Amino acid sequence: MPSDVLHVTIDRANGPESFEVPAYDNQTVLDVVSWVQQNADPTLSYRFACRVGMCGSCAMMVNGVPRWTCRTHVSKVTDGAAIHVGPLRNLPIIKDLAVDMDPFFDKWVAAEGVHHGGLTRDDSIAVVDEGSATRVEANAGIECINCSVCYAACDTVAGNADYLGPAALQRAWTLLNDAKDEGSVAILDAVSGDGGCHNCHSMGSCTLYCPNELDPMSAIAGLKRETAKNFFWRGR
Amino acid sequence: MLGLRLYMAQRITALLMGPFVLGHIAVMIYAIQGGLSAAEILGRTQGSVLWFLFYGLFVVAVSIHGAIGLRVIAHEWGRVQGRALDVLMWGMGLAFFALGARAVWAVTFAGVVT
Repeated sequence: MPSDVLHVTIDRANGPESFEVPAYDNQTVLDVVSWVQQNADPTLSYRFACRVGMCGSCAMMVNGVPRWTCRTHVSKVTDGAAIHVGPLRNLPIIKDLAVDMDPFFDKWVAAEGVHHGGLTRDDSIAVVDEGSATRVEANAGIECINCSVCYAACDTVAGNADYLGPAALQRAWTLLNDAKDEGSVAILDAVSGDGGCHNCHSMGSCTLYCPNELDPMSAIAGLKRETAKNFFWRGR
Repeated sequence: MLGLRLYMAQRITALLMGPFVLGHIAVMIYAIQGGLSAAEILGRTQGSVLWFLFYGLFVVAVSIHGAIGLRVIAHEWGRVQGRALDVLMWGMGLAFFALGARAVWAVTFAGVVT
């Protein structure tokens, strides 16, 4: 049973719109947005899929902070009984709370965040030493769900549209450290370009807001170290 | 906007400037202890290859480091991009170098050569 009312403001094409939403004890921000769409205004557009923090679809700005809304409890983010929901920052808005994720995924590919295999089906599977230092580095970043929360949080992305962003660069770092990936030269070249890892100011918003508690800032620092080593030793 | 080469140029010049700044401050404090006059300071710097190299390299490092830093600020805060960004960086770098080199030359070899 609703015990109270939440004052919800949602940023839409024509400006912010207010809604009164019944408050429950256990309620996520996604529940609130869904309530509005199902009960107050069916034209409200937003995006979600799994509702359990796996798919990375439902990220939005909540009270000015990027969050995965399906795993964000209203009680932890409300300002009094008020809550302000908007589309993710740093991405083009399609409608209401749905943003165009294309720039985010295009940069993922531009950072060589793709598998670079060197084996055929006739070769045996590459041996992965779980305890090796490189595997530990790779493991630290592979749980990224592509939610773009770090991308929305990043002030460098906000000021520099060409910057590849934390998620893409972190994936480049995990692949660089992956024994199964043979694209190290391509990766280091990709992250050394005009929009590459060297644009990062280490402000740390990516690491602060990552819902999976990953550390893209340290991954990017790793890329800076590796590219610098390459610069001195191989001149590239 | 900032590729590997510019990044390395800025970091390497930062490494150079560290000791230069400390050396500069140390000499400033040392030089005024006994109340040195400008003429006395000039007497030591004029014709000195050591001071010419010290402040000459310092000026080169500052010019490169500062110009790249301004490039980043101009792009991220001023939305300057493309060719204008390159022109701004080179223009500022050369201006810094001209100002600094003129001063270094003036206190080392200007009076000696002419």
